Amino acid sequence: MLASYRAELIKLRKRSATWVLFGTAILLSLTFGYLIPYLGYVSGDDNIQTVGVPRAQVLADMLPKAMTGNAIGGFPVFAGALALVLGALLTGSEYGWGTLKTVLTQGPNRLAVLTAQFAALLTALAGWVVANFALSAAASTAVALAQDQPLDWPSVADLAAGAGAGLLVLSTWAVLGAVLALLLRGVALPIGLGVVWVLGIEALFVGVTSSVLPDLDVVTDALPGVNAGSLVYAVLGPAIGDPPPGVRDAVSGTRALLTLTAYLLICLTTAALTQRRRDVV
Amino acid sequence: MNTTAPPVIEVSGLTKRYGDQLAVDRVDLTVRRGEVYGFLGPNGAGKTTTLRILTGLITPNAGTVRVLGGRPGDSAVLARTGSLIESPAFYPYLSGRDNLRVLAEYAEVPAARVDAVLDLVDLTGRAQDRFSTYSLGMKQRLGVAAALLKEPDLVILDEPTNGLDPAGMRDMRRLIRELGSGDRTVMLSSHLLGEVQQICDRVGIISEGRMVAERTVGELSGEQELVIAADPLDEARRHLSTLVGADAVRTTDDRLRVQVDPQAVAGINKVLVDAGVAVSELRTAERTLEDVFFELTTRKESGDAR
Repeated sequence: MLASYRAELIKLRKRSATWVLFGTAILLSLTFGYLIPYLGYVSGDDNIQTVGVPRAQVLADMLPKAMTGNAIGGFPVFAGALALVLGALLTGSEYGWGTLKTVLTQGPNRLAVLTAQFAALLTALAGWVVANFALSAAASTAVALAQDQPLDWPSVADLAAGAGAGLLVLSTWAVLGAVLALLLRGVALPIGLGVVWVLGIEALFVGVTSSVLPDLDVVTDALPGVNAGSLVYAVLGPAIGDPPPGVRDAVSGTRALLTLTAYLLICLTTAALTQRRRDVV
Repeated sequence: MNTTAPPVIEVSGLTKRYGDQLAVDRVDLTVRRGEVYGFLGPNGAGKTTTLRILTGLITPNAGTVRVLGGRPGDSAVLARTGSLIESPAFYPYLSGRDNLRVLAEYAEVPAARVDAVLDLVDLTGRAQDRFSTYSLGMKQRLGVAAALLKEPDLVILDEPTNGLDPAGMRDMRRLIRELGSGDRTVMLSSHLLGEVQQICDRVGIISEGRMVAERTVGELSGEQELVIAADPLDEARRHLSTLVGADAVRTTDDRLRVQVDPQAVAGINKVLVDAGVAVSELRTAERTLEDVFFELTTRKESGDAR
C-alpha cells in the first residue's frame, strides 16, 4: 500500500496539471482576497470586491485576523471546481491513457491502488490548503505592515477549524470528480459535467427551487455545494461581512459536516465497488 | 524444450463474452515451464482477451485458469509475471525512467532494476526524455522493460515487435530467445509468423475465439505436402477432394497444396492424368508456419460459412 502511495505521489508531483490547478487556485484566492480589495482600499475607488462595503471593513477583511475567510472563502465554488478537475484527472487519465492495465499488471491489489490514489489526492489537497493559508498569512501581514495595523492572528483552534473545513470541502469535490471519472472511464465528460454543475447548475437549481418550489428545500439542502458553502459559513461565523459566492447559511455547520462526510464515504464505497471487479479493457 | 516440465499456464474451457459477442469460446491451452509459446491468431480472434484474462485484467464468464499455480490477477502471481498487453501504455508527461520508477514502486522492486532493464532494451540514452516524445519502437521497448522489471518467471508479450524497425525486431527476437533460454517461460502473441517460427517451441492457434491447434512448431510446419500445378485447376481440385478429402486440399498462388503422404505422388498423378487434367508441376514441399496458420484459420472461417 505504502509503495503504491509513493507511486501515486510521484505521478501527482510530476504532473504539470497538478501545479497549474494549484497555482490557479492560489492566484484566485490572493487576487480576490487581497489584491483587488487592496487596490480599491488605497485608491478609494469602488471595485467588484469593495463596492458597498465600508472602507474600514475592507481593510479589516484583509488583516491577519480575517485570513481564514480569505484562505477558504473560495473553496465551495471556484477552488472546489478546480479540485474536482484534479480528482477527475487522477482517476480518469488512467483510463484515457490505458495506464491502469500497466499499473495493475505490476501486481498491486486493485483496492490498494485505489486507496493509494485517494490518499495521494488527500495529501495534495492538504498541501493546497496549507499553502493557501501560508500565502494568505503572508499577504495579510504585508497589508497590515503597509497600513500600520496590528498583527492580530486568529486562534490556533480557529485556524485548525478553517483548515479542516477547507480540506473537507476540497476533498468532497475532488473525490466526486474522481468517482465520476472512474464511472465514465475518462476525463473530458466528468470534468465538463462536474465543472458546469459546480459553477452554474447547482446555484441555478437552488435559486429556482427556493423561489418556485420551496418544498424542494429538502433536496437542495442535501446538495454538495450548498453544504460546502454552509460549512465554510459556519467556520467563519456570522461576523463575516460580505460572504464570497456560495458561502451562505443554508444548513447548520454540523449538518453540513455530516453531509459532506457522507458524500465522501458514498463516493469512496462506489469507487471501491466499481474498481474491484471491473474488466480493464 | 522439456515436454514433461510442469505447466505454468493451464487454461480449460475458457469463455468470455462481451454482451452478445463471444470473444473467447471454450479455449484450452497449456504452457509449460521453460518454453517459448507462440499464441497466434488473426485480428479479433481472441488473443488479447485471453492474455488479459491470464493477467487478471478481465474476468472470464466460464472456465478455469491457473497461472503459476495461482489465480490470475492475484498479487502473488503477478509478482512473478511480467506482461506487455496490447499497446504499451505509460504516463506521457513522465520520462521513460520515471515511468519505470513509478511501476517499480507498484511492483515493490528495488529502484536499481530500473536502470538494469533500461539498459537491457537499449533505452538508457533516452531514459530522461518524456514518454510522449518516444517513437513507437521506443514505446514498445519501454513496454518490454516494464514487463521485465520484476525478473519474472513468466513473461507474457502481446505483439512485442509492433512498430520496431528490422534491427529492432532482430534485437527483440534475440532478447525473447534469451528470456526463454533458461527456466523462464515466455508466452508470445504475434502476427509475424516467421518470427514465431524462429523463436517459439510450441504454438497455439486461435481463430474466432476457439483454439484450432496446439502443437510444437516442428509438428505444425514439419509436415510435407504436395504442390501441384494443373490445368484446369478447378477440375484437378474436384478430383483431389474426392480422393483425399476437401479439407486436405487448398489453393494458393494458382497451385494446389495437398496434405497427403508424399508416397502417394504417383497415384495422384495417375488420377489427374486419367481425368484429362494436364499436370505441369508435382513436387513435395515442407509447409511453413504461415501455410499452417492460413490453412487452419481459413478452414475455420470457410467451415463456419458453410
